Amino acid sequence: MSLDEIKIGGMGASRRRVEDNRFIRGKGNYVDDVVLPGMLHMEILRSPVAHARIRSIDVSKAWEIPGVRLVLTGDMMATRNLAWMPTLSYDTQAVLATDKVRFQGQEVAAVIADDPYIAKDACEAIVVDYETLPVIVNPDQAMASGAALIRDDKENQPDNKVFDWEVGDRSATDKAFEEADVVSEIDLHYPRSHPSPLEPCGSIADFDRSTGKLTVYMTTQAPHIIRAAVALVAELPEHMIRIISPDLGGGFGNKVPVYPGYVISILASILTERPVKWIEDKTGNLISTGFGRDVYLKGQMAVRKDGKILGVRMHTISDHGAFFSDAQPSKFKIGLMHSAFACYDIPAAHLTAEGYYTNKAPGGVAYRCSFRVTEAMFFQERMIQAAADDLGMDQAEFRRVNLVRDDDFPHRTPFGFLTDSGQYGKCLDVALEAIGYEQFLKDQEEARKNGRYLGIGISTMTEPLGAGNSREYDILGIKMFDSAELRVHMTGKAILRTGAKTQGQGHETTWAQIVAHELGIPADDVVVEEGDTDTAPFGMGTYASRSTPVAGAAVAMVARKIRAKSRKIAAHLLEVSEEDIEWELGRFYVRSSPDRGVTIQECAMAAYSNMPDGMEPGLENTAYYDPPNLTWPFAAYVATVEVDPETGVWDVLRMVAVDDCGVRINPMIVEGQIMGGLTEAYAMASMQFITFDAEGNCVGSNYMDYLLPTAWETPGFELHEVVTPCPHHPIGAKGIGECATVGGPAAFVNAVMNAVEHLGVRNIDMPLLPDRVHEAIATRSDISGAPPVRTDAP
Amino acid sequence: MTSLFEEITETSVDIPVRRVTITVNGEKRSANVEPRLLLAHLLRQGFNLTGTHTGCDTTNCGACTVLVDGRPAKSCTMLAVQADGHDVMTVEGLASASELDPIQEGFKEEHGLQCGYCTPGMMLTAKALLEENPDPTEDEIRWALSGNLCRCTGYQNIVKSVLWAAEKMRNSAG
Amino acid sequence: MYPSRFRYESPTSIDEAIALLEEGKGEAKVLAGGQSLVPMLKLRFASPDLLVDINNIADLDYHRFDADGSLHIGALCRHEHLEKSSEINSRQPTIAAAAPLVADPIVRTRGTFVGSVCHADPQGDWASCMVALDGHIVAQGPNGRRNIPVRSFVSGPFQNVLAYNELAVEAVIPAPQGTALGGYMKLERRVGDFATAAVAVAVDMSGGKVTRAGIALTGVGGTTVDASDAAAALVGGSLDEASIAQAAELAASVAQPRSDHRGSATYKRHIINTFTARLLGSIAESHERAA
Repeated sequence: MSLDEIKIGGMGASRRRVEDNRFIRGKGNYVDDVVLPGMLHMEILRSPVAHARIRSIDVSKAWEIPGVRLVLTGDMMATRNLAWMPTLSYDTQAVLATDKVRFQGQEVAAVIADDPYIAKDACEAIVVDYETLPVIVNPDQAMASGAALIRDDKENQPDNKVFDWEVGDRSATDKAFEEADVVSEIDLHYPRSHPSPLEPCGSIADFDRSTGKLTVYMTTQAPHIIRAAVALVAELPEHMIRIISPDLGGGFGNKVPVYPGYVISILASILTERPVKWIEDKTGNLISTGFGRDVYLKGQMAVRKDGKILGVRMHTISDHGAFFSDAQPSKFKIGLMHSAFACYDIPAAHLTAEGYYTNKAPGGVAYRCSFRVTEAMFFQERMIQAAADDLGMDQAEFRRVNLVRDDDFPHRTPFGFLTDSGQYGKCLDVALEAIGYEQFLKDQEEARKNGRYLGIGISTMTEPLGAGNSREYDILGIKMFDSAELRVHMTGKAILRTGAKTQGQGHETTWAQIVAHELGIPADDVVVEEGDTDTAPFGMGTYASRSTPVAGAAVAMVARKIRAKSRKIAAHLLEVSEEDIEWELGRFYVRSSPDRGVTIQECAMAAYSNMPDGMEPGLENTAYYDPPNLTWPFAAYVATVEVDPETGVWDVLRMVAVDDCGVRINPMIVEGQIMGGLTEAYAMASMQFITFDAEGNCVGSNYMDYLLPTAWETPGFELHEVVTPCPHHPIGAKGIGECATVGGPAAFVNAVMNAVEHLGVRNIDMPLLPDRVHEAIATRSDISGAPPVRTDAP
Repeated sequence: MTSLFEEITETSVDIPVRRVTITVNGEKRSANVEPRLLLAHLLRQGFNLTGTHTGCDTTNCGACTVLVDGRPAKSCTMLAVQADGHDVMTVEGLASASELDPIQEGFKEEHGLQCGYCTPGMMLTAKALLEENPDPTEDEIRWALSGNLCRCTGYQNIVKSVLWAAEKMRNSAG
Repeated sequence: MYPSRFRYESPTSIDEAIALLEEGKGEAKVLAGGQSLVPMLKLRFASPDLLVDINNIADLDYHRFDADGSLHIGALCRHEHLEKSSEINSRQPTIAAAAPLVADPIVRTRGTFVGSVCHADPQGDWASCMVALDGHIVAQGPNGRRNIPVRSFVSGPFQNVLAYNELAVEAVIPAPQGTALGGYMKLERRVGDFATAAVAVAVDMSGGKVTRAGIALTGVGGTTVDASDAAAALVGGSLDEASIAQAAELAASVAQPRSDHRGSATYKRHIINTFTARLLGSIAESHERAA
């Protein structure tokens, strides 16, 4: 009798989470919860100015404070070759400033003391003499002739440009534009934003001189990458480095890069011969760590009068702050920006990209998205809306004309990706049906007569998840496969370890469900571990969505290897040949007499006590999975809003999300991911931003200024699903963690723009704060750029 | 803890400390603290109750929320000395020896947490709400929780978790 | 995140507190709710030598209406006590409207009304209510008590006129001259944000006419802005479309907002106009319905 898959917590079960048991009791084990004997505490002194030469640093008063054990400056780091470190994008980044500071908040000195209060006292006692230099706060300033040179530390860096990049077919695209009936244009700024997980970054470095082993507890989404980076930077042997990423209070991409604080804490431990704990405060996190977005997106769409899109041009200008430390595949300088328009059948496209240094925090990171995909999809859907408007065509109809049809797969996207499956039209239909599209348009017209501004916004997209195949994807040369190791004990219980790293996605719960699905071992019988490089197989970690596509696949593959060996054991136990064995969930049986069978647990016991001749005992294996392709989840998001023209305040009336992430391992967790992503989308559309004044002072370096929506502002969400299994993924799953963050913002922005389009307003750049919306309405003009930090101008 | 020895370091001489006695999760606990020590840090480092988290430095996020005399308070915005003589409940005080608080059950049942970092504060604020208002509407829940930030869940399941707990508590109250 | 060191005392009487402030010679700060002070200590925007914690002084945690109808709010009355008071809800609508909008629900369990007024943040909500209601602060020093009208109390951003050895012990809101009507409307980008702009309106009516009025503006000047002309224009008349529009315009004209990332000065002035009109409009409407 086959087991009931849902009952054993297999795939499709909304299994309640294993990790909750400790979190609801306050027994999580986050980095700041870890206490090691003799531990010291580290605080970092940060630069108050954005661009300045350091004339001198006087640390004498800091040393005098009782309880101070060590004070580190850039010069001291330099004697050990640690003042600079390589970034994940083949650039270098200052660990502690030596010659100059290049952004407000840059690390200048560090104090290690008996407690963090004393360390802070000592930081305050350090005197730094800065000679300020001209400040560059945006790419326009960076590219201007005669602009101050930010990276004068680099050879062969004559200006502030980081890269030029290009993809697509320029001549085919030019031709498409010549043939167009309508050319639409749009010019957007995706403001600098920050993943800002609730838990800031930190590390506890513990170098044991007697064994030569370095153990570092660290808030990292990618412990194995960190181990490799530390081996490189600190020149310690890889096998003597152990990175432990315990519970993480969120990540969203922010906890991928190597931060100076980690490196300094490691050196501090080596020098003091004590464990050294560094926990940054929220300001440190917001002002200096991996931000997201900050891209100018300009483009045009060539359209035929019947609504067919002939071609699209994109030009992006990205702001990388003071150091190019993007965590992204080395081949793609602007990440996967060229995944834009993947869901539409567009014959020609061309993209050019430039990147610049500025006096701002370095980066960025893929903030809850595959590298740059949020920007790509935002641009895509804003461009689509603009083109539909210019053409005078209904938003939904325009999309229907151009969405790739269900039977058009495999499909080559405008910039050359290969998508394998999709039901984009159905997704849109479900969304429009749920929101009551036709009725809403009628209501909108009626409301407008009464001076009320209602709006509806659509966002449809497919995006690449699960980077990525080794032919195309690597970070610093390391290929982006992932791994799973499964060991089944003699009583049929198991331990699973993967190279991914959960930060709230529930891997301890969901990976066990895949094992249950493949082997019929109840999920409750499988314990899942991640994050310790001494025990976990090598993986590139979890950024925003690659886990299910890559590590999840590895889990399925390793479980299948276990099943294959178990089949041989079953044949031995049942005294038949392997060809006579059939499998049903949890059990092998003899095809010709199905009553004769053995459970998977019996096979496990036999692996230790009754092996077939010549078979290696034990029941365990490892799988490394190199994904054959990216997976392509898709979605349709529709938002309705009402805008108060008197104040510019807008409220979300409804938000409908239709997601296809293939086979859903745990529907409850999938929905949780979507709602979290939609909230990020709402936050970015409505209030979240980081900006700078002319002196490079950061606005948005604490939660007073960096606005996250509370339960009060955040709207409710209505979720629907379409299921198109991924054809190449072992369990047909795609990723889901980031989709709503990627596709959501455009739905909200399109809705507000739709509410005010009758006034001739075409674009308001995010965040759509009330004053910006109001200004657009009052002046009937577009609002571009991030909120300015004006002073005293009326 | 032992009274057998207490190491004296150069930093511990001459710094004025005050003795505080706080009833934490029903148990009287005392410590000598510097006046500048934040309550959150006394709980986390002094009393090893690491379930209370710190997530910001501007009193916005509420991850550090505990109940002081039954009312939610941001423990990062209180000095430990201010809690002297008062009752403090942390997340560790929610469950009894044998069972979870319905709020904890609700959060697990309705997937009200993902990374778990905001969860202790959320649950304690919710507990105080349900004590005052055993049958809150969704709006009342969202309003009451508007001092606790979450980055993972989007709040919708948190609201459902609180509603679940409220219903369970009303049913067992009879 | 970590305050610098300070001496800490926790007196149990007002006299003791005042003696300590005297000792502090201007380098002491009073700790009541701490929801403004402790954040400043943590960021080291304030590094006082001495902290005088008044939370253990008995009989300061009250709010009550006296027989003459005046409202007395003790130094340790928390925001949420006012928010939950049904008497305040019915008798002091301006206060009732503002209470839920101060900071966030958790801060409101500890922060105090009097402390907030003393903190004198130009974006503070309570100071606007006090101005609109003609309130005063009762200060106690070594030489006894004195009343300081709120308009003279705040002398600049984060500055009040209390002597270094004076403690604010109470806030008083005078009895209304008729039916007390009022409201508070605040534009904040999200709960817990400071006001982009806000308006406190307090209007006493009798026989369909305005007997007393106060309008005060939050976040549009170096301190709370007293829109006294706008208020004066209402007195003696009724609340109709014309008088409301005129008051709204007068209120906007005395606003002196700065352009910043919350909005341009033009926008903030416009919000003042809009909110004043909306508040007066809804007051007029509910008064008509009640009549």
